[in-house]
Amino acid sequence: MAHIFFDHISTTPLDPRVFEEMKPYFLEWYGNPSSHIHDQGQAALKAVDAARTRVAGLIHARPQEIVFTSGATEANNLAIKGAAEAYEKRGRHIVVSEVEHFSVMNALLPLRNRGYEVTPLKVDSDGKADPEDVRRAIRPDTILVSVMHANSEIGTIEPVAEIGRIAREREVLFHTDATASAGHIPLDVEAAGADLVTLSAHNFYGPKGVGALYVREGVRLASQIDGGFQERGFRAGTENVPGIAGMGAAAAIAKEEMAPWAGKLRRLGKRLWDGIGATVSHLHFTGHPVDRLPGHVSFWVEYAEGESLLLFLNVHGVMAASGSACSSNLRGRDEEDLVASPVLRAIGVPSDICTGSITFSLGKGNTEEEVDSVLRVLPVIAKRLWEMSPTYLDYQKQKVQGGG
Amino acid sequence: MAGPYSAKVMDHFMNPRNVGEIENADGVGEVGNPACGDMMRLYVKVEEGRISDAKFRTFGCGAAIASSSMLTEMIKGKTVDEARAITNRHVADALDGLPPVKIHCSVMAEEAVKAALDDYARKHPG
Repeated sequence: MAHIFFDHISTTPLDPRVFEEMKPYFLEWYGNPSSHIHDQGQAALKAVDAARTRVAGLIHARPQEIVFTSGATEANNLAIKGAAEAYEKRGRHIVVSEVEHFSVMNALLPLRNRGYEVTPLKVDSDGKADPEDVRRAIRPDTILVSVMHANSEIGTIEPVAEIGRIAREREVLFHTDATASAGHIPLDVEAAGADLVTLSAHNFYGPKGVGALYVREGVRLASQIDGGFQERGFRAGTENVPGIAGMGAAAAIAKEEMAPWAGKLRRLGKRLWDGIGATVSHLHFTGHPVDRLPGHVSFWVEYAEGESLLLFLNVHGVMAASGSACSSNLRGRDEEDLVASPVLRAIGVPSDICTGSITFSLGKGNTEEEVDSVLRVLPVIAKRLWEMSPTYLDYQKQKVQGGG
Repeated sequence: MAGPYSAKVMDHFMNPRNVGEIENADGVGEVGNPACGDMMRLYVKVEEGRISDAKFRTFGCGAAIASSSMLTEMIKGKTVDEARAITNRHVADALDGLPPVKIHCSVMAEEAVKAALDDYARKHPG
């Protein structure tokens, strides 16, 4: 059976070259970077330092500004809670776009409970925040603005440079979550005016379980994990040396190959976009048509529920994601978890439709043939679900009655 | 690969039984709401107090479609009273279980048969 992975926004396969660079740090060089007085520790420390330089290079930062974490969720927590606590005396107001990842949104909850105020930043129907809204939302007691670089669900790239400029003018910290974009489109921390940037290794062909937070020199953060003095005191705990070495290797490869990857993905993405637009009726694309992640195609189909689409796609060997109420929380604890995607709600997709959204996210290994396979099966799947749907039946009857 | 669902759920999702509608049905029940992610319409034909035919159309996830399909299989041949006694637990068990977060899909099936039989009772008083 076909094995077509179109869910690179959830994770990417490890690049074999990255795996090769990680290998020595499992069996041969297993030292602890903090024990660098001996050869084992020294080898580990060198690996971590080399990786720090490479990750910094990906976003035009300085090596000492990279703090390794267990992933993007921890980096987002450290950025939001760490900055809020460190700058509490200056103010307790935070501005955040309403399409942020759960690891930003939910990191705000304990802060709200402690009296911090959060102003949500609206996005337009393409999912874009307006920098002028940021200007209007900033108050004298605002300490942090957080707007993601690109949205995983709908692919839209946010105007971070303009937002960063406004935040800097007003002397407010600017955090951007670049989990979905880093390694795929260029990001320059200077150009973006960013003080804090979240990165995730497994989203650009690196290993899972490792990420980083860029912390501009001079920015203070309250550590969120108490312990030793690793990572300049920002993040206690023995470093994940093989993971960090892998993140460094993945960053170096991405820096070199990002442009050709993006070129290929834009071509494949256009083929997919144009193809499904032409062959599947009642289909609505989501996100910005131009300012979007390369190879990212997201849409919803009327009269077809998202999880059912995903299940049928998987039967055909096609793996994709959904912002569906049902599928995204399939392993949730109870029915309370069945909520429509906040991102789709934010862009104004009607709530009875929110359950139908699909995200195809292509990667560097995908091919034209795979795109064409998906184009063959998707119309068949949609038709099959429509034929089962009472709402589609009603629509057809109305059409006949209306003579249309 | 079955994913999060039992093989039986996947079978009923992939090959749903009794999809469609019944012209001049004796009872029609519609429950759920597309806004909540699922909606089911159940048609029943009743002859001499027994459900002689049942068809459905469902908008929803895999569990919703499988629950609808299983329900139609379960009620066919049953008396009205027997069909009324079917609970969501019966439907879920017949599917070899549903993930906890999907139990509401079997509840929808139970509500659909009750709604269809209420409609039947209204149309056929006495």
